[in-house]
Amino acid sequence: MSDERPTLTRDEVAHLAQLARLAVTDDELDLFAGQLDVILGAVARIGDVAAADIPPTSHAVPLQNVFRADEVRPSLPREDVLAGAPAVEDSRFRVPQILGEEE
Amino acid sequence: MTVRDDVQLDLSYDSVVRRFAPVIGLETHVELGTVSKMFCGCSTEFGAEPNTHTCPVCLGLPGALPVVNAKAIEYTIRIGLALNCSIAEWCRFARKNYFYPDMPKNFQISQYDEPLCVDGHLDVVVEGQTYRVGIERVHMEEDTGKNTHVGGATGRIHGAEYSLVDFNRAGIPLIEIVTKPVEGTGPLAPEVAKAYVTELRDILRSLGVSDVKMEQGSLRCDVNTSLSPIGVSEWGTRTETKNVNSLRSVERAVRSEIIRQAAILDRGGKIKQETRHFQETTGETRSGRSKEEATDYRYFPEPDLVPVAPARDWVAEIRASLPELPAARRTRLKSELGLSTEDLQQMVNAGVVEAVGETVQAGASATEARNWWMGYLAEQANSREVEPTSLPITPAQVARVILLVADGKLSTALARQAVDGVLQTGKDVDAIVAERGLAVVSDTSELTRAADEAIAANPDVADKVRGGKVAAVGALVGAVMKATRGQADAPAVRQILLQQLGVSE
Amino acid sequence: MTQLHELDAASTAAAIASGEVSAIEVTQAHLDRITAVDGDVRAFLHVDTEGALAAANAVDEQRSAGAALGPLAGVPLAMKDVVVTKGLPTTSGSKILEGWVPPYDATVTRRVLDAGIVMLGKTNMDEFAMGSSTENSAYHPTHNPWDLSRVPGGSSGGSAAAVAAFEAPLSIGTDTGGSIRQPAAVTGIVGHKPTYGAVSRYGLIAFSSSLDQAGPFGRTVLDAALLHEVIAGPDPLDSTSIPQPGPDVVAAARQGARGDLAGVRVGVVRELTGAGGGYQQGVLDCFRAAVDTLAGLGAEIVEVSCPNFDYALAAYYLIAPSECSSNLARFDGVRYGLRVGDDGSHSLEEVMSLTREQGFGAEVKRRIMIGTYALSSGYYDAYYGQAQKVRTLIARDFAAAFTAVDVLVSPTSPFVAFGIGERVADPMAMYVNDLCTLPASLAGTPAISVPCGLSDETGPALPVGLQIMAPAMADDRCYRVGAAFEAAYTAANGFILKQISQLGAVR
Repeated sequence: MSDERPTLTRDEVAHLAQLARLAVTDDELDLFAGQLDVILGAVARIGDVAAADIPPTSHAVPLQNVFRADEVRPSLPREDVLAGAPAVEDSRFRVPQILGEEE
Repeated sequence: MTVRDDVQLDLSYDSVVRRFAPVIGLETHVELGTVSKMFCGCSTEFGAEPNTHTCPVCLGLPGALPVVNAKAIEYTIRIGLALNCSIAEWCRFARKNYFYPDMPKNFQISQYDEPLCVDGHLDVVVEGQTYRVGIERVHMEEDTGKNTHVGGATGRIHGAEYSLVDFNRAGIPLIEIVTKPVEGTGPLAPEVAKAYVTELRDILRSLGVSDVKMEQGSLRCDVNTSLSPIGVSEWGTRTETKNVNSLRSVERAVRSEIIRQAAILDRGGKIKQETRHFQETTGETRSGRSKEEATDYRYFPEPDLVPVAPARDWVAEIRASLPELPAARRTRLKSELGLSTEDLQQMVNAGVVEAVGETVQAGASATEARNWWMGYLAEQANSREVEPTSLPITPAQVARVILLVADGKLSTALARQAVDGVLQTGKDVDAIVAERGLAVVSDTSELTRAADEAIAANPDVADKVRGGKVAAVGALVGAVMKATRGQADAPAVRQILLQQLGVSE
Repeated sequence: MTQLHELDAASTAAAIASGEVSAIEVTQAHLDRITAVDGDVRAFLHVDTEGALAAANAVDEQRSAGAALGPLAGVPLAMKDVVVTKGLPTTSGSKILEGWVPPYDATVTRRVLDAGIVMLGKTNMDEFAMGSSTENSAYHPTHNPWDLSRVPGGSSGGSAAAVAAFEAPLSIGTDTGGSIRQPAAVTGIVGHKPTYGAVSRYGLIAFSSSLDQAGPFGRTVLDAALLHEVIAGPDPLDSTSIPQPGPDVVAAARQGARGDLAGVRVGVVRELTGAGGGYQQGVLDCFRAAVDTLAGLGAEIVEVSCPNFDYALAAYYLIAPSECSSNLARFDGVRYGLRVGDDGSHSLEEVMSLTREQGFGAEVKRRIMIGTYALSSGYYDAYYGQAQKVRTLIARDFAAAFTAVDVLVSPTSPFVAFGIGERVADPMAMYVNDLCTLPASLAGTPAISVPCGLSDETGPALPVGLQIMAPAMADDRCYRVGAAFEAAYTAANGFILKQISQLGAVR
């Protein structure tokens, strides 16, 4: 195994949780820090395969140029669209105050 | 680093650009004019009831999968070719991962390091000088939904109590056109930026790939600006200004950002690399609230889609089908309409070259077409704070008005009423003319009766005219025109009045 | 007399077509069976009694109207809860989707219903298909019908257990790294992972988009083939769907059942036969016997080496978490599903984070974080990029092997069913369950698991699976060899499920 990766710290796990929008608890941080480190250690051997000239494979059966014609198809009835929503107002999905900027 | 408050340098634009060289870059988003969305069959029609143009795919429902709209690929290739780009032999979509409530999947399907079109250019002319704007890439992506912010004073995100999301726009095909950094413009950076966006818009319109309405958001612009002291070759730190929603704003945003950055640099300060927002009301840019974390989009190839490898003969076919582009058309119009370079430049600056050309194509005379677009229509656009070409009137409709005047069926005043009617109602010229009874009154007996009434109602004016002050007849002409609701032919009215008063010129 | 719920799918369909029994009777018999045993097995998350009886009734009406019935019309089926079903709750085994009723059908659902198959309900699974034991279900574990204290494998444990417990003759599973084959092996039934792209993924709640594939479970190879034929085929709604029709797997199963494998070259994969330890001896014994059986049917046995298979586990546990971290981002409490903390005191960002924290179980969170890490700037090339290259190497190993042999064989899993709770604390101990199934997942090639014996090494006699792998688009080879083996095994040892001692089910 060629695991030269630095150990995953609790802070790094907290950062990952933040990126992934997971409000993890302190206990989970400790648990995950340990477990993720073991898992990443086990998968680090992926680096052993010297493969600079190997092309990546994304799909088993290579396909390309799969398109649909530019034709309008029926949308869902709006009551179906909104039926599963946790909160609705004026036929829109209602969400709490957004802190981040518009992208 | 010391920040000096005591230095009072001249922060007028002219002074600033004597000390600093601006480098600009533009990222333009264009909604393509396909009838269905990028990855599903929902309609792209603007202005529908909220959440009625949505389906499992564009709502990001669990299990739904995207399928690429062939027309969007074709349109993107058209754009790439018109911008002198190379069309990739093979490219892919990628996922751009970030959380935002207007993005149903919390990732955007976009293109990352393998865009469809790369390495092109677009020439723009400002003050007689040609500037070549390099095109870095043209790539495809999907639009987001629309948030409405409720509560708080401004309807802006800041201070809102909550927000409402409509996904009708989510998944509309979007292309992003990214320029290379544009150097060497000196003080003309704002004008070059505006000229680029104008030219781009005209190209996109002539390609028929988008309705390019900035006010409806189908063309949106982000402007990057940096300054370096004259003589220093490294570029300064750049800022990205978003929310630039009109051609005029492009120019204003660059200008105000140049002044703002110069003020900081003059005091020995550092420019913060950040996203700023253009404020239409003040003409200034405002800092976005800084994010706690550096953005990490975690791009990776979209596994739900397969690569796009446009066949070379398809690309050749698209190239062959490109229409005449604005630059070529301008050259042609210039000679066909006998325009001077200055006339042409004025029309370019007013953004009406295309419109004039199309109006002529629809049968109007070149002079009249030019006069209408540079005159009355420009005034109307100005008072509505839109571009002339964004007025709800088509070149064909303008041409129809011009023909009616040429045929003597409308006077200039009536023609303006007809145009007003089109602008107000969106109806056709002939419908407005019929509905409002707009027609030149040429019935002499009717005009004579109106003239007599005007003379009777204004005896003192009549006396002046009889006394030799012929110019005073204008007041009587005005009275007759008013009485006939502008439908009389003014020179004819004048003749009749003079005749009734027994005066000759 | 054999009870209705004990019939295989082919016989059930024949009985309905001939009018011997009605679809309603068949459906009712299975609903009764569910009532009788599912309290112990807990294979289902949702049973749709009303919908099932209505669908059965429609088949009976069609038949009496003289309409031609499809080959599986009226046969009951259990659907894995990862497959979207219009009007029927679909949770993917997660609390974050509790109560969600989809407004649309998956293509698999549509094809099953259009074939006149009667959907009994939705089956339990590891949350978002992440797991090998069904213990990661947010609702409850499912129990292995062979020994109720043990797991039925996973992630399609509910679908496998339902078929093994005679609650349904057929079920649908999905397989990302072994989630059809491994549960089939440890419950003693047949499960096939089709070639990637053979079955539409439209409406499968995505775990790892480049690996996920739906496939059939049955108690016989022929039943699995009949269901495969119903669900496979091009779909314009899935860009990764193979545009050509697949091979005739039903004919292949029938051909195989005649028991002749003369001229068929079978490769034994050295890297998947426990040379380095880590495989239970009972599993290896059953596998060796199975290879002998194949030889006895006329197959030529060759040992082959696929050296890069050793990297499959590492590649899989980078690719699948990376894709899942992105696929599961949509579960944010905005448009559907759970929302936590929307009490006026939290921002949207906080509500999203609280929702995801409470809505996802530990394994899901673990994988989302691994994937987030692996895709982060600075790590993409070293992890996801490198893992995609390993897929190429594994595919090349397969390609090289398939120049010398027609199919490859291995045990389906290194282990028989283990005890509920035994491995939950150690993620890596759980991950090695998929050791043998991962290569075919990464290469996108088809593979079937067929019961090949019982092992009492860990206590009671528990089933062992034989994995048969074929080149992409050659699913028919899996069915042919699988059916031949099944015929030989059954002739020698009797129908394996008759040896289930619990549930008082089978005589």
